[in-house]
Amino acid sequence: MSAKFGVIVFPGSNCDHDAYHALAHVMNAETKFLWHKDTDLSGIDFLLIPGGFSYGDYLRSGAIARFSPIMQSVIDFAEKGGPVLGVCNGFQILLEAGLLPGAMLHNQQLRFVCKHTHIRCETSNSLFTRNIEKGSILKIPVAHGEGNYFTDDDQLKKLQDNDQIVFRYCDEDGNTTEEANFNGSIDNIAGICNTDRNVLGMMPHPERAVEDILGSDDGKKIFESVLNELAVA
Amino acid sequence: MYKATVNVTLRESILDPKGKAAHHALKDLGLPEVNSVRIGKLIEMNIDADSKDEAFEIAETACTKLLANEVMEDFEIEIHEN
Repeated sequence: MSAKFGVIVFPGSNCDHDAYHALAHVMNAETKFLWHKDTDLSGIDFLLIPGGFSYGDYLRSGAIARFSPIMQSVIDFAEKGGPVLGVCNGFQILLEAGLLPGAMLHNQQLRFVCKHTHIRCETSNSLFTRNIEKGSILKIPVAHGEGNYFTDDDQLKKLQDNDQIVFRYCDEDGNTTEEANFNGSIDNIAGICNTDRNVLGMMPHPERAVEDILGSDDGKKIFESVLNELAVA
Repeated sequence: MYKATVNVTLRESILDPKGKAAHHALKDLGLPEVNSVRIGKLIEMNIDADSKDEAFEIAETACTKLLANEVMEDFEIEIHEN
């Protein structure tokens, strides 16, 4: 039996169809859209919270979306070990929902940045990176204005000590330079997971890097890891 | 009926890029006397409550659960009788 993927759609999501395309047409996984008012996740093996501007980013990015009916189900799903990937606005929603620690500030230079970036995989110990060797460099695009990850020093130390930093911005040779850290994120953080390692939030968009014609297919490695994990489980 | 005025501000330790940009613009405008700018949010709520204390508690719950993100923001509540 093949794994079933769910892509959550909030009012204002705009990467939902990209995510659907990547999962259904490129990865050939059974995929369905889940409306934010749905609460029934039965039969779903993997949840993707896509990018966009849920609720117009009113108040703060992700702040309103986390009160959508589906989010309680997402929290229950995650607490039972279900894999949840939040991309961009999806990452912001996971932060606001408390599934991941920290918060997002405006990019330090205040500009919305839309470009290809390089990120370094910092751990293979997560559902999403099991197939990706530590130190690998992935080319994956970003598109955000509020991706400046922030957390206090104590929490940052916990993330470092628990190996929860999954991706860091780097240059094409893998150096985590200040220049590569275009949005000002603390410790070059591009993606983190929870302590149970089944919830990943990342600002870059792997669903936009799944075919050569898009400039990179490195994003596939993340989905392949999840598919492999689910096939074994 | 009470009126709650909530000031949400970025914590002092946090860089405020919007404030910084506004500060630059104020300098360009010919106001070098302005030393620093921090930009926050002002939120007003009308609250049905039996007492000022109750109204404060309701406003505080609203702030901690939604209106402010305490990872990066502080808030101050003022309650006035309407």
